[in-house]
Amino acid sequence: MSTTDRSLAPDRTDWTTVRSDFPFLERRIDGQPVIYLDSANTSQKPRQVIDAMSTFMATGYAPINRSAYRMAGEATDAYENARRAVARFVNAPSADEIIFTKNATESINLVATAWGRQNLGEGDVVVLTHMEHHANIVPWHMLAAERGIELRWVPLTADGQLDLTDLDRLLDGAKMFSFTAMSNVLGTLPPVEHLCTAAHAAGAVAFVDACQFVPHNATDVQAWGADLVAFSSHKMCGPSGIGLLWGRMELLDSMPPFIGGGNMIDDVRLDGFTTAPVPAKYEAGTPPIVEAIGLGAAVEYLEAIGMDEVRRHEMELTRYALDTLVGRYGHDITIHGPTNLEVRGGVLSFAFRDIHPHDVSQVLDERNICVRAGHHCAKPLMRLLGANATARASFYLYNTTDDVDALADALDGATDIFGL
Amino acid sequence: MAGLEDLYREIILDHYRSPRNRGELPTPPAVRAEGHNPLCGDEITVFIDVDDSEGEGVVRDVKVSGQGCSISQSSASMMSQAVIGKSVPEVLAVVKRFKGMMSLDTGNDDDTGADEPTIGTGGDGAEHPLGDLEALQGVVKFPVRIKCATLAWNTLLEALDQ
Ligand SMILES: Cc1ncc(COP(=O)(O)O)c(C=O)c1O
Repeated sequence: MSTTDRSLAPDRTDWTTVRSDFPFLERRIDGQPVIYLDSANTSQKPRQVIDAMSTFMATGYAPINRSAYRMAGEATDAYENARRAVARFVNAPSADEIIFTKNATESINLVATAWGRQNLGEGDVVVLTHMEHHANIVPWHMLAAERGIELRWVPLTADGQLDLTDLDRLLDGAKMFSFTAMSNVLGTLPPVEHLCTAAHAAGAVAFVDACQFVPHNATDVQAWGADLVAFSSHKMCGPSGIGLLWGRMELLDSMPPFIGGGNMIDDVRLDGFTTAPVPAKYEAGTPPIVEAIGLGAAVEYLEAIGMDEVRRHEMELTRYALDTLVGRYGHDITIHGPTNLEVRGGVLSFAFRDIHPHDVSQVLDERNICVRAGHHCAKPLMRLLGANATARASFYLYNTTDDVDALADALDGATDIFGL
Repeated sequence: MAGLEDLYREIILDHYRSPRNRGELPTPPAVRAEGHNPLCGDEITVFIDVDDSEGEGVVRDVKVSGQGCSISQSSASMMSQAVIGKSVPEVLAVVKRFKGMMSLDTGNDDDTGADEPTIGTGGDGAEHPLGDLEALQGVVKFPVRIKCATLAWNTLLEALDQ
């Protein structure tokens, strides 16, 4: 089934067909299917993306922005089409405001470095939250070490939401408020629009780490009122190796470049250089061309299904998973994060009896069930939860209630071995 | 395919449920070292008290604290048993043998203890120098868990370095 067919389909999506778009999920190990519950880590890829990339590599591959021959022009168009697709997907006012990076981590480092060095000095304040991924912590720590900025942290409530009681005081005098739109550990969906408004009221720049949000929800960066938004292709059915930064043009224009080299310049002389206009200014060197083509195909794939449909499907799965796991295991399972599904995405970090998450995931692996066990690159949050590690099951559009049932059944196996 | 029973041997689960030599030692005279498994967040602290009064030094006591999975915890427990009372060169030899057992490539120089696994208290050092530790052999079939099994040992080496 092609993506165009699907856009004509009635509004209830056939999720079995969606699942069959993903070759990885057809894999059998020892005759048993693979149950992939690690999409918050990285997502599987539909055939449409794989085909777009291999076709482009086979017959369309050429340099972009550099050569005058026709094939190079076609490749440049394909690359720029991907930029337009991403802009449309997150409702950016202009495709030129979409910058291709290596991953979301690089997007955040770009901002911390380019914007940070221009705007932050000794004693300046950057506000983060207690549920950030290391990608949105370490670059700011590095800046703190380099120039003595102060980091402040928005705390959490007992059920894993942001505690906004003191937000205005925390933001007072801040120059930057950088926060996640969805926690990769708790699934929490903070009120992004409200946070952007609060940042602006304090005169701070609002930077959203939307790495977990964009793959699972309809995104509108303008409705958010954000200044900068970072996300990654590999979590949204696209390939690894390409990430995204959206920013308001005025801001991107005023920031200095990040990485220097070819493609990002207007002119180079013996005594200096001038930069190319945005987005080229931030895309030094040969970019991830094939990856951009794949990302463009991923965006079209998700658009054809509709992000509201994806969100609805994942809410149903999450509700089913919470009911099933708690119904079956009661107090033996602790699922972290909010129980109100309006403010939670399809990420379930859990503790099961007293069994270490590594051992839980080992037992699940025996049944080809892929979950993540560890600190999820969010050690400050883990300390708050009082756990070194959790097991985490996360859902995407290709998961079904059968996957949840398999997870619930397999957990019994852990009890058998550890006899607790 | 290796089954879970290769990994979770009874002796491993026993050490996991009732870890030996848990706790801390006063420093000094003991030294401490911390080990992290960056993949999973497991943290372990090894305390080692070496009696240096004569010659090469003898391990008087070892204690282990921290949190981890069944493999890292049981390995730490067995490690503590295997090294208490040994001289430093003997300890280094056990570490070498253990790491040899945990390495994916075969044909190392430490086949001696591995060909005839002993399950039980073992540990007098002569014929089966690795004793209970040989139960951890199955871990090699689960490569992602090797780091769990070696965490306590690398931390021990760090402590010995001090
Ligand atoms: C919330 C959040 N931010 C940032 C990142 C980093 O993304 P990437 O690894 O693609 O750079 C992740 C990935 O796990 C994430 O979950």
